[in-house]
Amino acid sequence: MADGLINLTIDGAPVSVPPGTLVIEAAKQAGVLVPHYCYHPGLPVAGVCRMCLVEIEKAPKLAIACATTVTEGMVVKTQTAPAKDARQGVLEFLLINHPLDCPICDQAGECELQDFVFQEGQARTRYAEFAKRFNPVEDFGPDVLYVPNRCILCTRCVRFMDDVAKEPVLNVSERGDRAFIGIHPEARLDHPWAGNVVDLCPVGSLLSKDFLHKARAWELDKTASICTGCSQGCNITLDTRDEVVVRVRPRPNLEVNRYFICDHGRMHYKWMNRGDRIEAPLVRRDGELKATDWDEALARVQGILRGASGKAVALVSAGASSEALALVKRLLSGFSWTGAFQIVMGEEAPLAGVPNLALRAERAPNAKGAENLGYTREYTQALETAKSAAVVLVLDDSECAVQTNGALIYLGTVLGEDAACRSAEVILPIANVAEEEGTFTNRDGRDQRYYQAKPAPGMAQPAAWVLSELINAMGLAEAAR
Amino acid sequence: MGYPHKPHPKETVVLSQYFGDADARTYKGWVKRGGYEALSQALKLEPNAVTDIVKESGLRGRGGAGFPTGLKWTFMPKEKKKAHYLCVNADESEPGTFKDREIMRWTPHALLEGTAIAAHAIRAEVAYIYIRGEFTEPWTIMSRALEDANAAGVFGSIKVYLHRGAGAYICGEETALMNSIEGKRGNPRIKPPFPAAAGLFGLPTTINNVETLAAVPHIIKRGAAWYKGLCLSNPKSTGTKLFSVCGHVQRPGNYELTLGFPLKNLLYDMCGGAPQGRTIKACIPGGSSVPILTREESEATLLDYEGVVAAGSMLGSGGVIVFDDSADMVYQIMRLARFYAHESCAQCTQCREGTAWTTKIMERILAGQGKTKDLDLLLDLSENMTGKTICVLSDSCAAPIVSGIKKFRGEFEAYLAGKKQPVMVG
Repeated sequence: MADGLINLTIDGAPVSVPPGTLVIEAAKQAGVLVPHYCYHPGLPVAGVCRMCLVEIEKAPKLAIACATTVTEGMVVKTQTAPAKDARQGVLEFLLINHPLDCPICDQAGECELQDFVFQEGQARTRYAEFAKRFNPVEDFGPDVLYVPNRCILCTRCVRFMDDVAKEPVLNVSERGDRAFIGIHPEARLDHPWAGNVVDLCPVGSLLSKDFLHKARAWELDKTASICTGCSQGCNITLDTRDEVVVRVRPRPNLEVNRYFICDHGRMHYKWMNRGDRIEAPLVRRDGELKATDWDEALARVQGILRGASGKAVALVSAGASSEALALVKRLLSGFSWTGAFQIVMGEEAPLAGVPNLALRAERAPNAKGAENLGYTREYTQALETAKSAAVVLVLDDSECAVQTNGALIYLGTVLGEDAACRSAEVILPIANVAEEEGTFTNRDGRDQRYYQAKPAPGMAQPAAWVLSELINAMGLAEAAR
Repeated sequence: MGYPHKPHPKETVVLSQYFGDADARTYKGWVKRGGYEALSQALKLEPNAVTDIVKESGLRGRGGAGFPTGLKWTFMPKEKKKAHYLCVNADESEPGTFKDREIMRWTPHALLEGTAIAAHAIRAEVAYIYIRGEFTEPWTIMSRALEDANAAGVFGSIKVYLHRGAGAYICGEETALMNSIEGKRGNPRIKPPFPAAAGLFGLPTTINNVETLAAVPHIIKRGAAWYKGLCLSNPKSTGTKLFSVCGHVQRPGNYELTLGFPLKNLLYDMCGGAPQGRTIKACIPGGSSVPILTREESEATLLDYEGVVAAGSMLGSGGVIVFDDSADMVYQIMRLARFYAHESCAQCTQCREGTAWTTKIMERILAGQGKTKDLDLLLDLSENMTGKTICVLSDSCAAPIVSGIKKFRGEFEAYLAGKKQPVMVG
């Protein structure tokens, strides 16, 4: 076994972990998930739910795996009768005041109370004939509802606000079985990162208003993605139902966003479901845009490019994949090339308790990737250059106020009523971030992949596919190498 | 208010010598009675030497756990790298216990002197005396005494603060007390870290009970050997202890006894036994958190840490609660359970839900609606509430339930069988 590691066994399986590791984490390495509620790797240890009681050889009584650090030669047993009885006792206590309204609870299907009761609990309660505790639902903040009846008082939400967001507006109010999660009477749960309490809540006590009664957990397909809300590059999961994105949740990445995402990112998905998409390639025929097939549209672009020379300008979105950006550059390699992007700026909102994690002012995911490929932020200048360029290619920048005497080619997802790109010779429908696979480079230079969560509408194709087709047809694939 | 009784000849009067003597409350009066001599003696010694004397004396914590005081002091870091704190636990809230209140009411300077000596021994810069919120009179007296002691320069460079509790029982638990001083909710902390490593404000802290510290000046002045000699039974239990007797006895009050004294003599000789025409039925020997003893068990018990454990209970805080044959044990136990349900801090699941559930079952039994399975259920819940939580509040709720059902099962069964008039509890 490696030096400097602590060796122990968990349910008979030997593991070696760094000193200071908690038993609950060491158990994960041994493939054992000790049931728990209050423990969360992204929060300070509370040790209050008492669910992770395990037997440790030579210890006088059961110990909680979440607050016990490993020692050399420790023998941990999670499946002995005393440990299982103790955990079953906790589950019974947790359920006596729990409404068991799973059929109408958003958490059902991804509820840790359901899961562990199913795994270790008993089928019946002995808490007969007493009324359950009742408290009304409270509106905590712009996107958070508190359903106290379901609360198991694990205090994850309180600790998140205290120690991670560093805006301590939640507490445990009252004592004994009257206790509930309280909010400061003059405060709202409107911190820019407050939505994380919904993910952290192991039961259906803290709910997202946005997701309220929208879908059942088991109907959702989950796809690994990268948040496009800013340049931080938070890892997310896109939850889709029937090919519609219904929820965004953080995907743990200790280097980028730990276990969290901001509310801006959480809500930054609705545009992915837009109905007013460009669904077919359009070419200008007799002064009007006409829908056509890919063959004609691509041939038209080839014709334009082959017939032009001199200056070419690419005006791109900083939300386009690095693949698409690189291919645009290659497609225009025969020209004197300028590439630029514009970026929407907003207010920076850091998560105080996590170093180098913030909603960044730059509200686009791939500015760094674009810069690495030679695109500049000199957008105004590029617009100026575009006027006299032979070819202008706009990549998914629907707001682009482009004017040119040359040929305009637009690859985009949408086209507004008054969009400047309506004057294009050719308009090619492309997939959005949820409909393709690609790479973003975050502000720290980290390249991260995102994956396809749903199909693109109509004939739309990923920009990288469209550009590759063109490059191949023009024989530029080999030439550029 | 005067002290209600003269010392009984069988008492060993050390801490309570000046109870009832109002002049002993003043700084001058205390000095006149030999006060603060022990402090001068202690200050001439190295801190370790003071600790060694206390260790040698065999003094054990009087708050309830009975942990050796000198040994506790040695847990403070040997090399002082950070500020050290001393906490004095004057949050006497254990039902049936009222000894610290008398120490603070009558001999506030005894506590302050003990505090100064302990602070010297553990090299603390700051001491907090955490006084129970309801103790208005002790608070006033202690404030005055602290003012006088500060004016006389008793504490030197050591800062002493009085901190007033706000009424939570749980704040008498040492780590909850520290949270409370820090301005946080009074929730017990998970241990480790223990206070000597990370206590008040995260710094090395020693916490002692009022009675423990009040004994320290006597030990310094009269020597460890003298204190060690105060022992009637087990040599591990030395010195005197105040016992607060309440309930069905003719003369309730505080009695100072050498450890190892028979409980029988305390109940009958000193307290005069049960009121006329009645007999003692049961006794809780160490505050409400410990198992109940029957009369027979009580009469065979020696009052020291080991003796009470041998009898199946614990010495605890020394709060002796006596029940005579008129007492309804089911009702009494329900009252205890209800107290713990009210005072649970709500952190641990077993305690938050278990104490309340236990109370509901007890109320149901009293109301004549108990089920035959209720006693087994109560015992099973108690098992789930024992030894599984951060602090011992839920264990304390379980202790009287388990011992009560074991020893007074007949009274429970009378309710269950409908043989007893239901009691409406609201």
